[in-house]
Amino acid sequence: MSAAPPDSDAANDQPTIDRQEMAVDIACVGFGPAMGGFLTTLARSLLNPDGSVRLESASSPGMPLQVICYERGDGLGFGVSGAVTRARGIRSSFPGVDLTEIPMAAQVTKEKLVYLLDPLRASRRSFAFKAADRALRSLGLLFGVKHEAFELPYTPPFMRKHDGLVLSLGQFNQWVSDQVAASGLVQIWPGMPVAEPLIVGDTVTGVRLADQGTDLHGRPEPGFTPGMDLHAALTVIGDGPVGAVGRKLDAHANIGMPPGHESLEWALGMKMVVELRDDSGLEAGTVLHTIGFPEPEIFGFLYVHPDRLASVGIFVPSWFGSPVRTAYRYLQHFMLHPYLWRYLQGATLKSWGAKSLQESGRHGEPFLAGNGYARIGEGSGSTNVLAGSGVDEAWTTGVQLAEAVIELAEQKRAFTREELERTYVRRRRGSWVDTESKVAANARNGFQQGVVTGMIGMFFAGLTGGRFAPALRPVPRCVPSLEEAYRSRISASELKQIKEDCSTKGTSLHDRVMDRCGWPQIPLDGKLLISHQDALLMGGGVQAPPGFANHVIFRRPELCRECATKLCVEMCSGQAITHGEEGVPAFDREKCVYCGACLWNCRAEGDGACGNVEFNAGAGGLHSTLN
Amino acid sequence: MTNGYHIVVCGSVVPDPLQTLEPVSTPTGPALKNEMMLPAVLDPWAAHALYEAANLASKVAGSKVWLVSVGPKAKLQQVMMTIAQRVSFELVPVDASASGFADSHSTAALLAEAIQSIPGLDRARLLVFGGWESASRGAGATMQLVGERLGILDQFQGVDQLRVLDDAQPDGSFEVLERIEGGRHQVSVCAGPPALLGWATGNLPEPRNNPQIGMANMRTVMPALQKAKSLPLPAGGLHFLSASPPKQQRQTRVVKDLSPAQIAQEIAEWIGK
Repeated sequence: MSAAPPDSDAANDQPTIDRQEMAVDIACVGFGPAMGGFLTTLARSLLNPDGSVRLESASSPGMPLQVICYERGDGLGFGVSGAVTRARGIRSSFPGVDLTEIPMAAQVTKEKLVYLLDPLRASRRSFAFKAADRALRSLGLLFGVKHEAFELPYTPPFMRKHDGLVLSLGQFNQWVSDQVAASGLVQIWPGMPVAEPLIVGDTVTGVRLADQGTDLHGRPEPGFTPGMDLHAALTVIGDGPVGAVGRKLDAHANIGMPPGHESLEWALGMKMVVELRDDSGLEAGTVLHTIGFPEPEIFGFLYVHPDRLASVGIFVPSWFGSPVRTAYRYLQHFMLHPYLWRYLQGATLKSWGAKSLQESGRHGEPFLAGNGYARIGEGSGSTNVLAGSGVDEAWTTGVQLAEAVIELAEQKRAFTREELERTYVRRRRGSWVDTESKVAANARNGFQQGVVTGMIGMFFAGLTGGRFAPALRPVPRCVPSLEEAYRSRISASELKQIKEDCSTKGTSLHDRVMDRCGWPQIPLDGKLLISHQDALLMGGGVQAPPGFANHVIFRRPELCRECATKLCVEMCSGQAITHGEEGVPAFDREKCVYCGACLWNCRAEGDGACGNVEFNAGAGGLHSTLN
Repeated sequence: MTNGYHIVVCGSVVPDPLQTLEPVSTPTGPALKNEMMLPAVLDPWAAHALYEAANLASKVAGSKVWLVSVGPKAKLQQVMMTIAQRVSFELVPVDASASGFADSHSTAALLAEAIQSIPGLDRARLLVFGGWESASRGAGATMQLVGERLGILDQFQGVDQLRVLDDAQPDGSFEVLERIEGGRHQVSVCAGPPALLGWATGNLPEPRNNPQIGMANMRTVMPALQKAKSLPLPAGGLHFLSASPPKQQRQTRVVKDLSPAQIAQEIAEWIGK
C-alpha cells in the first residue's frame, strides 16, 4: 500500500488516501470495437508459434507483455450501436472467417435511402421541406410515392454499405472478447470503471480505478476500497466519446486537444431491437436510411438481422434547433410512420438502448498519442461523419495501434510521444481511415445553417472527395428557448400555463408541447409501443451496483437554478435526470444508460460541451447484448 | 481437522435475471430462445455460496476454495471475467448445458463426478457449498443429490450463516443457521466435514472488485477453461409437457412525493384488483 506519486494530478486531489498499486505493461480503458481490434491483434503476437515469449514484459520479466483492460459496463457485450458497416478493417483481421456466423450478423443485401413525408403534419418543417412534401404528394404516382415515403432512386456512394455487414454491436463485442479472453494472454475485466488517468507532467503513467464502497456522494462507507493505481508503460484509451478518462485527458494542455480542435457536434442515437412478425417481408441484410421524419433534422435507420430481428432507431443531432428533444417519443413516432409501420406492426421489443455519437470527426480529434498513452476509436475522432460509419474505423485504429506496439516492443523502444507518432500515428495517417476522414472533415459544416444546406454540403463533399464543402467551421447554435422555438404555434401565455402545470404534476414538458403541436398520443400495445420506463425494464434492464458514487454531478447548483431549458432533463435517455428540488435536477443512477446526452446538452456557462454536468466513471448501465 | 477446509462450491451460469426470457420448443425439449445470445451471470444463490466460501477460507488458515461450474464454455468464460475479480478460487469447469430444463439427477451426477476428480481434494476436510435455490432450477434438489452421490450425510439447506465454533484451534466443527418457517432459523451444530450446505442469501455483501485477485485467478481460470471437458447432459427420462414464463402484468406509473406506506398501500390495492 502506498500513496500515489506526490506530483501526479490525481494525488493532488486526494493526497491522504492510501491506494494499492499494481504495475502492468499496457493498461487499456474501455472495451468497444477499437479495443477489440487492438487486443485481437496484439494477443496474436505476444507468443511465438512454439509458445515461447515473443514480446517480453518489462513489469514481469520472462512473461509476455502484461495487458489488462477495464470496461465500465457490467458485461463486454453491453455496447449500443445501430451498426451497419463495410467491415473492411474487421474483415482483414479475420481472413477466411465467415463473419456472418457472428450472432445477428448478416451480409447487406439491399440498401435504400428513403425520404419520409410527414403524415401527421406536426413536425417542424421548413418551407423547403413543406414544398417537397407537397410536390411529392401531388406527383405521387409519377415519383412512386407510397406509404407517405419516397424511395430515392440513388444512394450516394459515400453512404453505401452494399459490401458490408449488419451487426449487433453487443454480439460483435461479445464474440471478439470471447476470442481474445480465450487466448489467456490478455485480461479483460468488465464492471470496473476507471476514474481517471494518472498524469505526471506530460506523461500518462497509468490509470486510477474508481473507488468502491462509497455512498452516492463518494463518501467512504464500511468496506471502502480506494481505487487502485494501475501503473503502465502504455495506457490505451478507448473509452468512447463520453468516457471519463478520455475527457479528462482532453482537458489537459499538450495532452488533450490540439489548438483549434474541439468536439462540438454530437448526436444521440436511440434504437430498439425488435422481433418482426413472421410475414413482415423484410429480408436479413436489408438496410434503410431515412430522412425527413419525425423531424427534418432527425435521421433514422432500420437494419434487418437474421432470425426476424431488426434494429430500428433515430439520431437526434446537437444542431437540432429545438429544445424539445425527447428522443424516446420521437423514436415511437418514427416507428409508427406508415412506411415503417407496415413492417413493424406486430413486432415485439427485444432490446433498447441509446448512446452519444461524437460527430465532429477529425475536428474533434485529440492528440492521438503522447508520452505513455495512445488514443483509439470514437473518442479519438475516428468516426467518419460523411459515411455515417464508426465501428470499422474504430476497429482499424485499434489494429494500427497494436501493430505499432508490436513494432516498438520488438525493438525494445519506449512508448514515448515520438515513438508512437512514428509508428501508430504514421500508420493511421497513411490509411484509408485518415484519407476518408479528410474527405468527411467539413462535410457536415452546413447543418448549422439548416438541414437543406447541410445535406447539400454533404452531397458535394461526398461527390467531390471533400474538395467542395462548406469551409467555415460552425459555431454551435444556441438551442432556442421553448418560447422562441414554438412562438408560431403556442402563445407565450399558454406555454407558461403548460410549464406550470407540468412542473406541478412532475410530468414531461416536452410531451405536453408535442401533444399541443399535433403529435398524437402513442397507442401503447405492451409489446413494441410501451412507456419509456417499461423500455428500461423490458429492453434490457438497467442496473446500478451499490458501492459506487453517482457519476452524474451538477457542479454548480446555482447555474441549474438559473437554467430555463433544462435540456439535461428532457433529453435524458433513461429519464434518470428529473426536475429536482429548488430547480436543481435530480439524478437516479438506477435508470442511467450512460448515453452521455446530459453532458453535451448542458449549455450552462456558455462553454459549449463542458457545461455544468460532470460525467464521471460509474458502474452498471444497460444489461443487453442485443444492441 | 488441522489444515483448514476444502470448500467446493457448485455454481452454474444462468441468464442475467434482468433479461426477458422466452421458452421455445426444440427437438430435444424446451429451451430458452437465443439463450447463447443472452448475457449470463453466476447463479445468484451460488454466488452467495461462493462469497461465503471465500469468507470462510479467509478466516480458517489453510482452507482452499474450488468453484465447480457447469455451463457452455463460452458462457463460463464470460461469467468468470466478472466473478474472478472478487474472490480467490480454483475453477473446475464442466462444458455442458446450463439449461434450466436439465434433469437434476443428470446435473448432480456431473457435479459429483467433477468434485471427485479434483486432485488433492481431502474428503475429511470437504465442505460442499451451493445454492439452496436457483435462478434456473430447483438447486436444493440438485445439491441434495450431489451430497447423496458423494455419500455426505450431513446436509443443510436454506443456510444463512456458518460459524466456526473454535476459531483458535478449529477442529472443523461449526454452527449452521438454516431458514425455517416464520422468518426464524434452526440452529444446528455440525461436528465437522464432510458436509453439504445449500445457501440461501447469507449475510455478506457482494465483495469488491480486486484487480490483484483477478490477475491471480486468471492464471488458473483460463488454462482450466481451455482444458474443460465437454460432456453430454442426458435427459434422464425427463419429459416436459409444456413450458411458459410466469404470467406477469405490468403497469408503470411515475409518481412523486409518495411515502413508502402510500406506495405499499397502492400496490396492495392493485394486487387485490
